[in-house]
Amino acid sequence: MTDERKTIGSGGTPGRGNRETSPSAAARSLAGGSAAPRKAVAKKKVTEPVPVKKVTPRKAPAAKKPAAKKPAGAKPAASQPPPAAEKPRLRAVTDEDAAAAAAAAAEEAARRTRTAGAAPLSAGIPLDEIVVAVVQAAQRVLGTDWESRIATLLATVRKRLSGDYEIDEFGFDPQIAEVLSAAVEPIAEKWFRLEVRGIENIPEDGGALLVANHSGTVPLDGLITGYAVKKYAGRHLRPLGADLVFSLPIVGQVARKVGATLACQEDAERLLTSGELAGVWPEGFKGIGKPFAERYKLQRFGRGGFVSSAMRAGVPIVPVSIVGAEEIYPLVGNVPSLARLLGLPYLPITPFFPLLGPLGMVPLPSKWIIEFGEPVRTDAYEPEAADDPMLLFNVTDQVRETIQQTLYKLLVDRGNAFF
Amino acid sequence: MSRVVLVTGVAGSFASKFARRLADLGEGSGIERVIGIDTILPDADLGKVKFVRADIRTPVIGKVIAVDEVDTVVHLDVNPPQRGRIGGAKELNVIGTMQLLAACQRSSTVRKLVLGSSTAVYGSSPRDPAMFNESLLARNGVRTGFPKDIVEVESYVRGFSRRRPEVIITTIRAAQVLHPDVDTPMRNYFSNPVLPTVLGFDPRLQFLGLEDALAILSESVVNDRPGTFNAAGNGVVLLSQAARRMGRPTIPLPPVGFAMAARRFIRAMGSDIPPDLHRLLTFGRAVDTSALRDIFGYDLTQSSQETFEEFRASLRPGLLASIGGRP
Repeated sequence: MTDERKTIGSGGTPGRGNRETSPSAAARSLAGGSAAPRKAVAKKKVTEPVPVKKVTPRKAPAAKKPAAKKPAGAKPAASQPPPAAEKPRLRAVTDEDAAAAAAAAAEEAARRTRTAGAAPLSAGIPLDEIVVAVVQAAQRVLGTDWESRIATLLATVRKRLSGDYEIDEFGFDPQIAEVLSAAVEPIAEKWFRLEVRGIENIPEDGGALLVANHSGTVPLDGLITGYAVKKYAGRHLRPLGADLVFSLPIVGQVARKVGATLACQEDAERLLTSGELAGVWPEGFKGIGKPFAERYKLQRFGRGGFVSSAMRAGVPIVPVSIVGAEEIYPLVGNVPSLARLLGLPYLPITPFFPLLGPLGMVPLPSKWIIEFGEPVRTDAYEPEAADDPMLLFNVTDQVRETIQQTLYKLLVDRGNAFF
Repeated sequence: MSRVVLVTGVAGSFASKFARRLADLGEGSGIERVIGIDTILPDADLGKVKFVRADIRTPVIGKVIAVDEVDTVVHLDVNPPQRGRIGGAKELNVIGTMQLLAACQRSSTVRKLVLGSSTAVYGSSPRDPAMFNESLLARNGVRTGFPKDIVEVESYVRGFSRRRPEVIITTIRAAQVLHPDVDTPMRNYFSNPVLPTVLGFDPRLQFLGLEDALAILSESVVNDRPGTFNAAGNGVVLLSQAARRMGRPTIPLPPVGFAMAARRFIRAMGSDIPPDLHRLLTFGRAVDTSALRDIFGYDLTQSSQETFEEFRASLRPGLLASIGGRP
């Protein structure tokens, strides 16, 4: 840390100061008398193990300064216990310390603003305050061991840059999935106020097929379900998506990296037999692109291909009911001709979308409930049952009815969609 | 036991290596002679291989087979268009295969045909499953260029197998070999200092190690392994990951018009890629090699990552090597 600080700026240039023993010419002239800054420097040398980077180019009283500086100076002490033991004045930085320092800094700043008329306004860059603020921000975001955390982060970034990471055959990159999960967390928890029920119905290990209702114009429900499974069950959900997803630039690339793959028999069976948690939304575009008036009415569940995949792999089917996604983009209109021109299944018009431009793309803050239902076991069936269409239709209907009934129940539980 | 082996397209960098490998195996493996055939003289030293300069697009090939009493034909003259080869690639691939198969059908000595096919037969599209196995057909991306050729070549070989059911036919659908000495489109692509990529797409790629490729083909000549088998290193490498490992900058170009733009770009850097490579660079492709392991009985020694690492180590470090690439 000390070395890095030395390299910044122009140590040794005449008149510029070297931040350790002599202040810059500008700092000297600002400080008025030559005595005050030198004293401060001398004092710091005694009290602090690592010299603080800059003599403050300010008329701040010497008594206040060490208080404001302490976190910056004490920070190395926190990571190196021996020097701290020698100098009992320095304590490890705790949150209280940080808070106290923040309060002192704020007080000082406020006082300075009040006396702005007396002190010159062009007081230079308040470097010490910036450092204090950065340190506090780091502590607040990353905790007290922020230095080691930043080191880990930098190492990870370096590994990413050198291509030193593993992906599986589907293109799934766990690190990217981790980042996405962290990015979705505030949206799910604060914006959608997500409530998750029946998480114990997701098996702790082994394959399972999650079957969910699809809605919301934009498939955010897949994203949020994936987040919920990761956060509350600690497993990666591997969504099965339509081919449109993989033909779109950027979307398809990100989808593969966070674990999605094409919704086809081969991929579903490959995932399920290798013990992964696959997720399907069998309504497809019929479900996601249905008008707002038909909300929470399940569409046809495809051709029931998901049931035969689960039967062949002998894994349970977990019905998932998602309430809340219908209200995020209420689809009130559609432009089929333009959609056909663009090769899309529908082109949505919501109360806000083309009207407010990009602002209309912000999803409405509906309340979400995701309920994972009781698993439907398929291992009791014979392997050749996967080719029995009547049985497939029956199981498909059973799953569909379960989801539909759960949706009604959850809607009653939720009450108002937004408040 | 195989006695006289005919290898087509030996002027190619991979086929010449393979012909030499077979000749070096020699009598110990029951190989009496190896005959190499091509229209142009090979650059490489062929060693004990007997080279015949002939065009497989003409009936001369039948005479070569008859004169030398060839009993095993290894057809490796199915290649993507390359710079410096005279004549259209389609002529060579499709018409050459037709003539060769016609000659084999006439011959009474031929009892084994090994086809060096390519995973390009599966095409490349957003509707592809994550992994192709041998029973799946291409969803899209085999309408033009080399993928179309290879699909046709394979269909001719299937037709031949119906007409001559007693001939043992092995089809090896190999991913591209990545080795500094073997001229493949991906090698040429990765040799550029700057890699043009498709904006918003990050394809999954697979590579086959040179040693594995030679061993699999030798195995199918020496022993009888009828059937169709995928051959590619396990695992996948993303194009972005590959570029980072090499420390080479990528230039994302828009998907519309990528084929032409990328080709111009690469030609300006003094290299060339076949025009149909853009689909692979957009959607990628991965194949399942469990049949090679379980039925064919060959354990791959190198994964795609390892093959790529070996290849990367043979190149000069890229422009961005100092900030990201590996030493």
